[in-house]
Amino acid sequence: MPVLKDATAIVGIGQTPFAKQLPETERALACRAILSALDDAGIEPTEVDALASYTMEETDEVELAKALGLGGLTFFSKVGYGGGGSCATVSHLAAAIATGQATVGVAWRSRKRGSGPRPWKNTTVQLPTPAQWTRPFGLLRPADEIAMLARRHMHEYGTTRDHLFNVALACRNRANQNPAAIMYDRPLTREMYMNSRWISEPLCLFDNCLETDGALACVLVSAERARDCRRPPVYVHSAAQGLPAQHHGMVNYWNDDPLTGPAWTAARHLWKHADFAPEDVDVAQIYDAFTALIPLSLEGYGFCDRGEGGAFTEGGALEIGGRLPLNTSGGGLSEAYVHGFNLITEGVRQLRGTSTAQVPGASTCLVTAGEGVPTSALLLRS
Amino acid sequence: MLTPIVDEDGAPFWSYARRGELRIQACADCDELRFPPRPCCPHCRSFETEWRHLTGQGRIWSYVLPHPPLLPDYAEQSPYNVVLVELTDAPHIRLVGNLVSEPGARLNSVPVERIRIGARVQVVFTDTGLPQWVLERP
Ligand SMILES: [Zn+2]
Repeated sequence: MPVLKDATAIVGIGQTPFAKQLPETERALACRAILSALDDAGIEPTEVDALASYTMEETDEVELAKALGLGGLTFFSKVGYGGGGSCATVSHLAAAIATGQATVGVAWRSRKRGSGPRPWKNTTVQLPTPAQWTRPFGLLRPADEIAMLARRHMHEYGTTRDHLFNVALACRNRANQNPAAIMYDRPLTREMYMNSRWISEPLCLFDNCLETDGALACVLVSAERARDCRRPPVYVHSAAQGLPAQHHGMVNYWNDDPLTGPAWTAARHLWKHADFAPEDVDVAQIYDAFTALIPLSLEGYGFCDRGEGGAFTEGGALEIGGRLPLNTSGGGLSEAYVHGFNLITEGVRQLRGTSTAQVPGASTCLVTAGEGVPTSALLLRS
Repeated sequence: MLTPIVDEDGAPFWSYARRGELRIQACADCDELRFPPRPCCPHCRSFETEWRHLTGQGRIWSYVLPHPPLLPDYAEQSPYNVVLVELTDAPHIRLVGNLVSEPGARLNSVPVERIRIGARVQVVFTDTGLPQWVLERP
């Protein structure tokens, strides 16, 4: 019997405003998001004894514990691979709490990516990855790396730009309902999508996430303690990380089947320990740095068969009322791109019944981290 | 332009490439090819390696056309192509590269209409030893 299943719950979430440019430092934003999450939970900062974060995070646990006056920490962890680590922060805290290593855990993300430097704007130096096999040839950005897989998926399975548009539109429609989203008041049309500029063909402007300043946090405690908190508990039902055999990161071009990425590995473990199956998921928050990741993830997490991820998006499947309402705060494509942490907080809001695009009666939610890098995922339930 | 930052495992590839040879790392014990290069064979865990000479024939597995914002040298040639080539004599070994009209030509020297998945290509090398690809039937 898995120790983790429903043993812990998310009881607090918090965030700063999202914007292209915020005046405060990443450290100050992180402090604000964490304090807001603790306040949401009704828990004092001195009670926090565990922190979890993921890489590409500039605010470290020493500085935050000092600034926030946290208690003595008995657990802290940092998960690798940037956006692939978002859900794993929650699962590491859940494991620590379920096994008695800590009692109150906080995970967070703070970024100034919107106003920060972009490597191709002001430098000709090699980007800091050992990318001797890809970068010299001009495969420079994550968009280029994923576009390669997207083109192959289109060729092999008949996935179309309209399928990718369905993803972009679902996210944008939800952002249009969410006053906190950067794209709150900016509707998207098919014409805008099809006429937008290319970033890396076959991916256009609207296939790419937003670059955003902002911070978010969530608070985790045992299921027992959660019953006494301010908000309805959102239970961590199942959790997994995923690093497949012969995986190579974003440029997953060298295994037998480059179109089966980390989602497949994470999914196998995620469902093995769950009391419900993909068809029982009421709402999904799937990592959307690029629209093309969604068909791959829909296949990987078992919502459809291999090759059917594009077709799955047809007929409003990803909209509210559809087969699988997607990224109901607008996701990385249209709410804010904060390395996927907003997908976790939106999953919590859905199961509390407080989303701005509420799926009626939602009681189960899949949240995923970056596909295309060693990843992680959570099944949440109310 | 970016030049490859060569690590110890990859160094033989690049020194053969400077001589105009496409060689891929193979296990000297079980014979399996592997790419990118690494110290140990994932099939039999042997540390004995050799560098196998291949014909340099392949097919385009996929390709992209990057547009700005890009590093300046690349932006100046955009939209250019980046192709992923699957080697004919080594299934599942795929190399990232550029489809060009002749060795050393610009990254956008082949018209976009000529690029398609499945097209047969042949490796060529620039004078600095960077592998590039030309269409077998230009
Ligand atoms: Zn071997």
